[in-house]
Amino acid sequence: MSKDEVVLLDFGLSPFCMRVRIALAEKGVQYEAQEEDLFGGKSELLQKSNPIYEKVPVLLHNGKPILESTNIVYYIDETFASPTLLPACSYGRSRARFWADFIDKKVFDGGAAIWRSKGDKLELAKNEFIDILKKLEGALGDKDYLGGDKFGFLDIVLIGSSSWFPAYEKFGGFKIEDECPKIEAWIKRCKGRESVAKTLPVPQQVCELVGMLRKMHGIE
Amino acid sequence: MAGEELILLNFWASMFAARVRIALKEKDLSYEEKEEDLPNKSPLLLKMNPVHKKVPVLIHNGKAVCESLIIVEYIDEMWSDRAPLLPSHPYARAQARFWADFIDKKLFGAATKIIWSKNKDEAEEGKKELIEILKQLEGVLGDKPYFGEDVFGFVDMALIGYYVWFQTYENCADFSIEGECPKLMEWGKRCLERESVSTFLAHPNKVYDLLMSFRNKLGLDYV
Repeated sequence: MSKDEVVLLDFGLSPFCMRVRIALAEKGVQYEAQEEDLFGGKSELLQKSNPIYEKVPVLLHNGKPILESTNIVYYIDETFASPTLLPACSYGRSRARFWADFIDKKVFDGGAAIWRSKGDKLELAKNEFIDILKKLEGALGDKDYLGGDKFGFLDIVLIGSSSWFPAYEKFGGFKIEDECPKIEAWIKRCKGRESVAKTLPVPQQVCELVGMLRKMHGIE
Repeated sequence: MAGEELILLNFWASMFAARVRIALKEKDLSYEEKEEDLPNKSPLLLKMNPVHKKVPVLIHNGKAVCESLIIVEYIDEMWSDRAPLLPSHPYARAQARFWADFIDKKLFGAATKIIWSKNKDEAEEGKKELIEILKQLEGVLGDKPYFGEDVFGFVDMALIGYYVWFQTYENCADFSIEGECPKLMEWGKRCLERESVSTFLAHPNKVYDLLMSFRNKLGLDYV
């Protein structure tokens, strides 16, 4: 493929950016990552490329922006040939899209409800989050991956989100391996892949960031 | 296609179910429509969509497909031999998915503020948000006949279900969408010239009557 310019407007600890970095790695796509300073000041390129939301990740492919992480992963799968990330059959794809949509609607906000809360509200948020994970555990069943036998699109979507689970565990006072052991096992299995191992941060970095966010929100 | 069983779990006023009804018509597909009584959801709905318990649900040969935009993509892929609903180029597809997602993220929230407002201030707040979002969409439309360039497509389908609710929003918050977004209203009228849209969209007056009956039951009576 000649002269394909791929740039990722990125933030290292963003679970959404992680999805895109993992997808690009799985496809063996060369790209340039430009780290955004989300707290200091967003770049002009980010503001121009994503005027609606001004959020990362943004993928710029030959100068054209693609926005919203799940959308970007679909684009990467449709544009760069192999390996295919989504299931081959239409029904399998509809199930993958359904669960990706569920993860997008529930996981990040559910986790945020934990680290933003205290007391009774925290207990409620924790229980709701565990309920969300149990639904995902149901979707996983006895499979090795959410996509079946192979690591794929849906695993990419959730494994990025899972990078913040250590912070939810710390501030929520629970352990995922006790509540959802299959999810914990799936996380470990995914971390065995090079694309995931190289992308996911160490838990301490995420806990430090979330600790900072808690201070900013006046929680501690 | 012989031997295909399609069932749509539907609600006549839902802007989300409208998308699926229109998509099925665009692809000229036969299906059985089962109308849900939303305060008393059927065992079939609860079984087929246990996670969200919402309509629309498309049941294809016994397998459930949920979430309206996901259903539309599924229909497009399964019956790819006719009437494409999404563009074929990945970049155009990404744009279409982005704007459909924008509509779901933003428009529904603003509309909800208006229709369930408890007082004029809440309605006014919802109205301002709605106008801003509609103006953004009008900007995306530009001078094109449809959001899908020359052809009625995915984003048009995503938005048109809301069009029959415009009169309701106007009545609740005392404003004119035609006055604020004339190009968008023209687009709506253009879409209504399509049989798939005019046959399968609810009537605006009925939608307004439905909302008023809900509001009366909840004791929200300032409108």
